[in-house]
Amino acid sequence: MKHVLYLAWRYLAHHRVKTTILVIAIMLIVFLPVGLRVLVKQSERELTTRAMATPLIVGAKGSPLELVLNSLYFESESPPYLNHGEVTRVTDSGLATAIPLHTRFRVRQHPIVGTSLDYFAFRGLAVAAGRQLAVLGDCVVGAEVAADLDIGPGDFVVSSPESVFDLAGVYPLKMPVVGVLAHSHTPDDRAVFVDLKTAWVIAGLGHGHLDMSTPEAAPGVLRREGSKVIANASVMQYNEITAENIDDFHFHGDTSNFPVTAIIVVPHDEKASALLQGRYLGEAEQVQIARPAEVMDDLLQTILTVQTYVVTAVIVVGLATLATATLVFLLSLRLRRREIVTMVKIGGAMGRVTAVLAAEILGVLVIGVLLAGILTALTAAYGSTIIRALILS
Amino acid sequence: MSAAAEMVAIRDLVFHYREGEFRLRIPQLSVATGETVAVIGPSGTGKTTLLNLIAGIVSPLAGQISVNARQIAGLSEAARRNFRVRNLGLVFQEFELLSYLNVLDNILLPYRINSALTLTPEVKQRAVQLATEVGIADKLRRNVERLSQGERQRVAVCRALLTEPLLILADEPTGNLDPRNKGRVLDILFDYITAHGTTLVTVTHDHDLLDRFQRVIEFSEFHSGNQESAHVDGKADAAGGGGDAP
Repeated sequence: MKHVLYLAWRYLAHHRVKTTILVIAIMLIVFLPVGLRVLVKQSERELTTRAMATPLIVGAKGSPLELVLNSLYFESESPPYLNHGEVTRVTDSGLATAIPLHTRFRVRQHPIVGTSLDYFAFRGLAVAAGRQLAVLGDCVVGAEVAADLDIGPGDFVVSSPESVFDLAGVYPLKMPVVGVLAHSHTPDDRAVFVDLKTAWVIAGLGHGHLDMSTPEAAPGVLRREGSKVIANASVMQYNEITAENIDDFHFHGDTSNFPVTAIIVVPHDEKASALLQGRYLGEAEQVQIARPAEVMDDLLQTILTVQTYVVTAVIVVGLATLATATLVFLLSLRLRRREIVTMVKIGGAMGRVTAVLAAEILGVLVIGVLLAGILTALTAAYGSTIIRALILS
Repeated sequence: MSAAAEMVAIRDLVFHYREGEFRLRIPQLSVATGETVAVIGPSGTGKTTLLNLIAGIVSPLAGQISVNARQIAGLSEAARRNFRVRNLGLVFQEFELLSYLNVLDNILLPYRINSALTLTPEVKQRAVQLATEVGIADKLRRNVERLSQGERQRVAVCRALLTEPLLILADEPTGNLDPRNKGRVLDILFDYITAHGTTLVTVTHDHDLLDRFQRVIEFSEFHSGNQESAHVDGKADAAGGGGDAP
């Protein structure tokens, strides 16, 4: 047997270009449908698990898919804002707990999620190191963020400006990391969590600066109109919230009009859920309420339909490739007729000669299938990343 | 000539292919053990077919062929292959080396394609020794496509000699070689035969080489079965090979 394998190996190694092309063809034939199936199964699991664990989401009218994807995975474009007053509306209904979300900003590639402490209890997120959010400006980071940025309690992160050319836009805020969450193997691992009010500070809706009534601030005052002070641009705003300046931070305007991107709604029971959904059905209603499980189910149906088309196409291409590979083998046998005749003439056993030829074909098939297996394993291992890149972004 | 002294004995052989006009009839032909025989004749007279019949690659329609007192025609296909790989060494005009193997692997090929032979370290050592004797020891790891014509035929000769055959069948072994390499390849073959008492039957068109053989068979008379025996030149008597005179 070792001689058969040796001769087959020498042949494949000598014709390495032909072998490589055949191996890649076999690998793709096997990998494409199998890998796709693995990816779809993983998508199904990833998409449904978190959706099933999130009863209802309230957001501004628009695409329910965009609203759900952003609220569950923090990946897609930020949906249109709705007023914070909607949080109060849900809470005041007495039918559910309302958890606000503000997901517009990022620390590098990691989303900043402005929310309330209820979110951590709702998702079952535990602090593995440090402490929970306590004061304005604090942030706790997911386990992957901590590993990726090599940070922990006591370090700082800075929110990323939305555009370097937008001078009047959002300024970076330096935030102390006060805690690192335990691994949850969910998108929460990749998020930076802050209090909703901290998100508003990043948005420029709240800020901190010198008390303009003090003598130190006098050079920056343009004029005073009763209790109102008009200051010039020399008044410096704080880009970090510290124990010393935290009292200087304040919000202008009515916070009920401040923005949130979504509200996770946790009804007290099925009846409360039905009642709440009914309240958002009006034609004039500017907000929508979505059931993530249903939205994700629709998305999965689309993915499954696409998968069916892709698999059908892959099978057709696969059959064509197999036919081509068979033709290559047959032509190769024809070209090698003299070689085979020589082996027969010098006394090669028919079984051995046939086995050498079979081993060459089998070698290509085995290597191709093995590589397809490795690719499938990699697809399974990096499925989450691929799904995020292909579906959630 | 006694049966033991006959390496090849053919009696009343009849052969033709399924298609075509070719007919071969050999009433009697024998080659003595240790004899060197050149078979000459025009193309298409069946010289190569004779070698294939002796080697058991093709079977006669009638008659008997024995090699070293073993009836070849009566053996099964598998048995003929085993007999061939153990007892015969074949050299071809076109060398017939495997292009994807290096020199050493080509020489060792018979041991890899039939379990009747066992590849041992001693065999490998013998292969290296043969390669050294024919002057290609420094090219053992080189692919045969990167060898000259003369070197390729020396590799083919080593492959044929590695099994220490009783009988060497060479089909125009010098047909593709320049004069210098012709002489060298024949020297290698004859040196081996002299040292080991091996029998050699060679088909050739090269009449300049005939002096080196003990006997020359003019083969054209066998063609179409219109003659009853082979023509053998005067050297046959000197070599003691008999029975084939017209």
